[in-house]
Amino acid sequence: MSESSRDLPTPKTSTLAAIPPQKRPLKDRLPVISQLRQSVGLQRGMLVAGLIIVAVFILIAVFAPLIAPFGWAQQKLPDGTSFGTQQPPNATNILGTTVSGFDVFSRVIWGAQTAFLVIVAGIVCSIFLGIALGLISGYFGGWLDRILVVICDAIYAFPSLLLAIVMTIVISRGQSNLWGGVMATALSITVVFVPQYFRVIRAEVVRVKQEPFVESARVIGVPTGRILIRHVLRNSTRSLPVVITLNASESILTLAGLGFLGFGIEATQAAEWGYDLNRAIADVTSGIWWTGVFPGVAIVLVVLGITLVGESLNDLSDPRLRKRRRAGGAA
Amino acid sequence: MTDIAEIRDLRVTFATDGEPVHAINGIDLQAHAGEVVAIVGESGSGKTVTANTLLGLLPETATMSGAVVIRGREGQQTDVVHATHKQLRAMRGRDAAMVFQEPSTALNPVYTIGWQIIEGLRAHGKINRKDARAQAIDILRRVGIPDPERRIDDYPHQFSGGQKQRVVIAMALVLNAGLIIADEPTTALDVTVQAEILDLLRRCRDQFGATIVLITHNMGVVADLADRVIVMYRGDIVEQAPVRELFAAPQQEYTRELLAAVPHVGRGKSSTQDPALEAPASPPAGSLVVADNVQIGYPGRFGSAGVVAVKGASFWIGPGEVVGLVGESGSGKTTIGRAMVGLTQVVGGSMTVLGQEMFHVKPRHLRAQRADIGFVFQDPATSFNPLLTIADCIAEPLVVHGRASSTAAARGRVNELLDAVRLPTNFGDRYPHELSGGQRQRASLARALALDPKLLIADEPTSALDVSVQAKVLELFVQLQKELGFACLFISHDLAVIDEVADRIIVLQRGVIREQGTTAQVLNNPADPYTVELLASLPVPDPVAQEGRRADWEKARAVSRGQ
Repeated sequence: MSESSRDLPTPKTSTLAAIPPQKRPLKDRLPVISQLRQSVGLQRGMLVAGLIIVAVFILIAVFAPLIAPFGWAQQKLPDGTSFGTQQPPNATNILGTTVSGFDVFSRVIWGAQTAFLVIVAGIVCSIFLGIALGLISGYFGGWLDRILVVICDAIYAFPSLLLAIVMTIVISRGQSNLWGGVMATALSITVVFVPQYFRVIRAEVVRVKQEPFVESARVIGVPTGRILIRHVLRNSTRSLPVVITLNASESILTLAGLGFLGFGIEATQAAEWGYDLNRAIADVTSGIWWTGVFPGVAIVLVVLGITLVGESLNDLSDPRLRKRRRAGGAA
Repeated sequence: MTDIAEIRDLRVTFATDGEPVHAINGIDLQAHAGEVVAIVGESGSGKTVTANTLLGLLPETATMSGAVVIRGREGQQTDVVHATHKQLRAMRGRDAAMVFQEPSTALNPVYTIGWQIIEGLRAHGKINRKDARAQAIDILRRVGIPDPERRIDDYPHQFSGGQKQRVVIAMALVLNAGLIIADEPTTALDVTVQAEILDLLRRCRDQFGATIVLITHNMGVVADLADRVIVMYRGDIVEQAPVRELFAAPQQEYTRELLAAVPHVGRGKSSTQDPALEAPASPPAGSLVVADNVQIGYPGRFGSAGVVAVKGASFWIGPGEVVGLVGESGSGKTTIGRAMVGLTQVVGGSMTVLGQEMFHVKPRHLRAQRADIGFVFQDPATSFNPLLTIADCIAEPLVVHGRASSTAAARGRVNELLDAVRLPTNFGDRYPHELSGGQRQRASLARALALDPKLLIADEPTSALDVSVQAKVLELFVQLQKELGFACLFISHDLAVIDEVADRIIVLQRGVIREQGTTAQVLNNPADPYTVELLASLPVPDPVAQEGRRADWEKARAVSRGQ
């Protein structure tokens, strides 16, 4: 069969070569941006709403010193006049003051900073360990894998809050300063979330390692370390963004839970929403709403924003759940 | 003659992340009562979309226009394009039914097959349990399930692939649907089973009076079963003609090319080889692989005895020779290929590959010889890391074995390799998904040949490709083998493909070698009844010759089963 006799109308390799290979532009390859660009309708609305909330939250956390009019433990104006306790919203304290005479608005703003710290600490502590364990356990299998899976199942039975209480006692001997509270939360979150990262990565690795391209790497004689990093890990991070958002919202909830139970960070050390809620319980019955509503709304909004982002990313990364614009050409 | 199905000016468009894809661009076709219409075409031709449209099974992302009319046996008419969900549900099963490609996924694994057949009956009209069961048993008997009274309560996994396909056909027949749409009904099956399923489909037409729309890419199947053929290409109908006319005198260039590309036993090395040439009885000096009663298996969990897939095989691969390994699924052919590179374990006997004994071998002992063995995988779509460019993938063996310091430094050699497999060098900058199947398989060949291996193992390298692409890849393979002179183990289930490339053939069945000899010997004068049956089951792309072969096949089957 000579080359000239086969003239199928398929584009020939030589004609294809004239078209320069297209590299996808950077904006299509960044994880969140690319998903934002391909989303439509309600899914896009959810993602945009989530992203806006998260962006506002991060901006507030970073610029808290500029935004907050007072410090988190400030009870007096610089000229020495006291705010007064349980004052309703007024010109000086736009969201009122707490039972201890702190400015509610300032504490909500500074609280964002604490919440942001706990998110970062929680993710950093769990992500590396979880991914490393998942990769090794999934790829090598065998007894190590079995043991790790059993341990992870057992850890699911642990209430993270109880663990966090133990952690606070271990880390700061019950004295609640900023880092003690943040690290106690982060570490207890780590214990709960390492298994989550482990499971997600392990499941992907088990799938990917059976793919022919991993086998072909083995046949070529690629060293195991190189296979793990270059061929397996890079193809196994698909569902990571979703777990990261879960991890982040769980971190905030645990920190707030600790504070609410009285194991959190003391008011003089840092502002923390859960602690403020705890102090606001007594106020509710006396009709003082501003001490409880604002920190509560802050917690709800941040968790909502992060969950929205996570949910939309999950839907968008799955082609079966992803909505597309209808093709108009056929009608 | 009435038309059971009629398609008028059908257009189907799919919404995707990028531009909308026009899958069907305005086609007209009819299926007359009591005939088998074959729709053939390569992947992407729109044949499966057409079949799914007939039952209204397109996904939500599709937009249709035109008319698709299905006429039932009682004269009901349904226009699938404009029908409501309720009308479609009533039509499916009653007027038209589907036989899917993969019988193992078309049946629900958690219900008995009887339950699944009866569910269809109960969905269309009231019928009491006893009658429904009696009807289900009756239909199972008629599609050739032995002992249907007992087997009706079995689960899908208790049936073989061919039997599962029979059950799926029974589900289509039980409601007496006038139209059966068979989407690649035999692609997932072995040739010997394929012949039986084709026989059954022929009986569906003759005994049940069903009209069959057969979707396939296999020209042999078309020649065996179809009355009329419709050739599709990229969403358009290229040609339609009665089967004998189409094969004897194709009108269109595309059809001619398609038919010419179909491999055909007796056109390859079996016709050019000297038939008197005897294969040596013992491994010649310098053989790259020598297996002596080798057993290959998969260990069970926690040291329990596993499965032995190859039960004592003795063969060799001489220097510069292409050995074809043929067998049906489960015969252990892939297992042998994988054992040569240590992906499966040798559990008994002896196999030396390039002088290294593979029994009880440690992976680190294999590292040195990896450079001398190339491996081409079956599915080019998955054998490349999707996140690396083609050049990165081809450079990987060069970098790993220290022939190049980095991917960039290897680019010169990579370009040479791309050139050798007739790919433009700038394809190296593309990602695997930006190449077509045939191009990817060429790149795969380039990667396997990167280190100038002495031995190449090709595991069904063309079975995932369209026929025209397959022909080109095989041509390239034969040429490269001549130029570079590597020895090769070529694994395939298709005797016609083996005929094109192999010097010597080994026929494997259930882990045992049934026959080995030169290509001319095995294909022209098969000694073993199994080889005879295998050859007879293979439908040839010629309706006239195929009719004669059908009688041979029935004889061969009787002999093979009798012993």
